[in-house]
Formats: sequence, C-alpha cells, structure tokens
Amino acid sequence: MTVNRVQVVENILNANDQVAQLNRQVLDQAGAFSINLMASPGAGKTSFILKTIQALRPEVNIGVVEGDTAPVTIDADKINAVGMPAVQINTGGECHLDAVMLKAGLQQLSLSEIDLLIVENVGNLICPAAFDLGTHINLLVASIPEGDDKPYKYPNIYRGLDVLVINKTDLLPYIDFRMDYFRQGVEMLNPGLTTFAVSCKTGEGIDAWADWLRGRLTAAKQV
Amino acid sequence: MHELAVTESILEIATRHAQQAEAARVTDIYLVIGQLSSIVDDSVQFYWDSMAENTICQGAELHFKRIPARMRCQDCQGEFELASQLEPCPACGSYRLAVAAGDEFYMESIEVEKA
Ligand SMILES: Nc1nc2c(ncn2[C@@H]2O[C@H](COP(=O)(O)OP(=O)(O)OP(=O)(O)O)[C@@H](O)[C@H]2O)c(=O)[nH]1
Ligand SMILES: [Mg+2]
Ligand SMILES: [Zn+2]
Repeated sequence: MTVNRVQVVENILNANDQVAQLNRQVLDQAGAFSINLMASPGAGKTSFILKTIQALRPEVNIGVVEGDTAPVTIDADKINAVGMPAVQINTGGECHLDAVMLKAGLQQLSLSEIDLLIVENVGNLICPAAFDLGTHINLLVASIPEGDDKPYKYPNIYRGLDVLVINKTDLLPYIDFRMDYFRQGVEMLNPGLTTFAVSCKTGEGIDAWADWLRGRLTAAKQV
Repeated sequence: MHELAVTESILEIATRHAQQAEAARVTDIYLVIGQLSSIVDDSVQFYWDSMAENTICQGAELHFKRIPARMRCQDCQGEFELASQLEPCPACGSYRLAVAAGDEFYMESIEVEKA
C-alpha cells in the first residue's frame, strides 16, 4: 500500500462555470442580451420585469426564465399573460439557479426571436451570487422595506453587480430608510455602480432604466 | 445555503482525479477557501459524510485552508488585510478596493492509497 499526493488545483465550481460559458456562447450566437436578476423574496423582481416589458414594447422582444424553489408557475403565468414567452424552472428546493438549470431553460425558448432574456433568480441574497449562469450582466433589485443595512449584511452580492435597482421608492415616506447610509454601503462595495431608483407601483424612474437598457441593447447588437 | 451543490462538486472532482491516478481509496482532500466565500465548513462536512459513503472517497478527511481577505487600494496601490467586510484603505481612506486574495474556492490536492 503506497500513499500518494495527487495535485488537483481545480475550481470547485468549475463544472458550473464551464456550462455558464456555453450558455453565454448560445446567447451570443442568438443575439440575445441577458440579465441575471437577483433579489430577496418579494423585492419586486416579477413586477420589475413586467414594467420593463411594458416600457420596451413593441420594439424589444423579451423572454423570461423564472427560477423557483417550488413547482408553481405563478410568476411565469404573469409574464405569459402580457404576451411574452416565459419558462419556469423548478430548482427542486435549491436556493439558487445554476448554469445547468439555465441551460435547460434556454432549450425551451426560441432564442433567435428574443432580443433580451431576463432570468429571475431564486429570491435569496447569498447563494445566487456564487453561481455564474452565463448571462451578460448581474442586476440586483433591492427594495425599501428590506431596510437600509442590506449592503453591509450581504456584501458579496453587491460586489459582483453591474446594475442596482432600488425599488418601492413610493414607500419612502412610511419607512425609516436612510438612503445616504444605504448608498454609502453600496459605494464601499462597488464604487460608481450604475443605480436606478424606481417604483414599480407608480412607474417613477422606469424611463431612466429603460433608456439605459435600450443603450446597452443597441451596443450589444453592434458587437 | 448551497453547501449541498458544493459537496457534490467536491466528490465529483476528487473521484475523477483519484480514478485518473488509479487509486484504490482517497484518504484526504485539501480545499482552499477564501474568507470572502460564504461556505460553512461544518455543513460541507455534514453532507460529505453521507455523500461519500460507498464511493472511492468513503472516510476521506476534508481539510479546509482558509485564506484571509486582502484588498488592494486602487488609489494608493497599498494592500491590507480586511478585518470586517467593509472598511476603507487604512493608508488613504479610499473605498476603491479590489480583491487581491480571499475569493479562492478550489481543491488543491488529494491524498490517495494505491493497491
Ligand atoms: N408599494 C409597492 N409595492 C410593490 C412595488 N413593486 C412590487 N410591489 C409589491 O411587492 C410584492 C412582491 O412583488 P413581486 O414582483 O411578486 O416580487 P418578487 O421579488 O418577484 O417575489 P418572489 O418571486 O416571490 O421572490 C407584490 O405585492 C407587489 O405588488 C413597488 O414599487 N411599490
Ligand atoms: Mg417573482
Ligand atoms: Zn489607499
């Protein structure tokens, strides 16, 4: 019996990252720009997707992948109801979507007809941040009722963001939310992060977000 | 937490490398995990014990090497170790920091027995 040391040096999430790379290629070939949309439960992810569809139609075709831990189609039904394709992925209790799950979702969509793919991740501020899906940008929807200390408590998700949306600004008069304190935390973790303050209830701030997104879609098409 | 998915990956990687080395059994697995990663060692260990059962990795001991978080200041180029999650550069007060170390998440090596 001999004991040997075998050198490995392999990233533990290597298998996920390789599938993510393939997803990115598939999306690029189809010309679909994609967003990994993360947030805590109830922050307004689905509401924000619906507002985005409304703001960009009819010129932009949007497809949606809905990740849920339970086999319910509530969110996908809401997207289908406004006439856009949506597929539901049940994570089987897992706290996040991973690249393999997204790959299965992509196979159910006609990607060539889609300009923008939005992936609604599972409501959770910790786990989704660790799994690359192969999407083009990471977006977090933070909402006023969650409190102004969230960047301080969940720093990892803020570090990896490309865009931050602060939702439910209509509730600011009713909740002690120190916007300065919140933004200071974000600035420490992700200096200069592109940020939009919106209300999916009143529609405030959605135009600025939609303009920015149109710009990104145009830029992506030119590559 | 996603320790279940992580533990599955650890088993897959260790098994593949052990088979490549034509090993009979894996005795030790050395993991390098940065302080910024949100993985809890104890939960990985918890899943590991049942998941590795009846595999080439049964009974293998997991070793976690934790790497402290080090940040590099983008303004003065100084490096410092992060004590809490959010603190400015101690030299110049800047928050424009890049992660220099502490986001590692890999398997360094395994120890195996050959028949
Ligand atoms: N007042 C107010 N309520 C909002 C706003 N946006 C969403 N809501 C409400 O917040 C609740 C949750 O919204 P959803 O869009 O379902 O949130 P979600 O993040 O998709 O939720 P899960 O998918 O279940 O995690 C609903 O009752 C929405 O009507 C807003 O801007 N202001
Ligand atoms: Mg939803
Ligand atoms: Zn400095």
